[in-house]
Amino acid sequence: MTFNYEVDASVPEMAGRASTEFKSVLKQLGVSAKVIRRISIAMYEGEINMVIHANGGTITCQVDENQIEIVMADVGPGIPDLDLAMKAGWSTASPQARELGFGAGMGMPNMKKFSDEMEVETQIGVGTTLTLRFNLAA
Amino acid sequence: MKVSEIQKVLSAKQFNDVEEELSVDYGYSCDLMSDVLAFAQNNDVLLTGTVNPQVIRTCQMVDIRVIVFVRCKEPTQELIDQATKAGILLLGTHYSMYMASSLLYMAGLPGEEIENDF
Ligand SMILES: Nc1ncnc2c1ncn2[C@@H]1O[C@H](COP(=O)(O)OP(=O)(O)O)[C@@H](O)[C@H]1O
Ligand SMILES: [Mg+2]
Repeated sequence: MTFNYEVDASVPEMAGRASTEFKSVLKQLGVSAKVIRRISIAMYEGEINMVIHANGGTITCQVDENQIEIVMADVGPGIPDLDLAMKAGWSTASPQARELGFGAGMGMPNMKKFSDEMEVETQIGVGTTLTLRFNLAA
Repeated sequence: MKVSEIQKVLSAKQFNDVEEELSVDYGYSCDLMSDVLAFAQNNDVLLTGTVNPQVIRTCQMVDIRVIVFVRCKEPTQELIDQATKAGILLLGTHYSMYMASSLLYMAGLPGEEIENDF
């Protein structure tokens, strides 16, 4: 099963809508609460980043029997130094993003921590595609 | 701890109504939403000075059902409606984050255990 979401960065108040909707899908599918929680946290951090750093984009969630894969593709500026971006505490967030309660530089580490696999493809001036995978098999 | 007790301890104002009578097992106090996402593990009440739609979204992600806005911060009607739809109860207190946390702790509400990574 595939679920697609548009992330519109021009309405920051809406950031998190995709994660909220996918969370209720997961509940309906009967995915365990523990896994739902990890997916929600990681996906929400990714969605927020698409809004505060990257002009929005699309999220594709693929639900299979043994795995859930979430691909977040944005058309933003790309990430110049990925190692730095993965470090806890590193942030280039704007004051507006900070007012929302983000910009502590914990998003990327949180996504790593709460997913089973995380891949980042990024190109300066083109965008960033982030893939998160979660195992469902016990 | 029942919400009614939280209200009493913090002389809290209630901004909306939810269907069930809610109670919490732990407290977490923070303005940073990434921090809440990372560490609020249990059935927490969130004490925060951050007032915007992302606070509600964050709580939806980690199943936090009760939020206390500290230092007399007032949510907009839009925010209140968003919370009600999400089944999240909004309270407000004049106490600072430090005082509000302390009062709840003294009343018996424990805090989240954070792993010592030093
Ligand atoms: N999708 C993205 N596009 C461009 N830059 C990004 C993206 N995601 C993350 N970054 C960069 O990586 C940094 C760290 O991200 P993160 O850990 O989520 O912290 P925060 O969002 O709080 O700044 C950001 O400040 C930003 O510079
Ligand atoms: Mg972030």
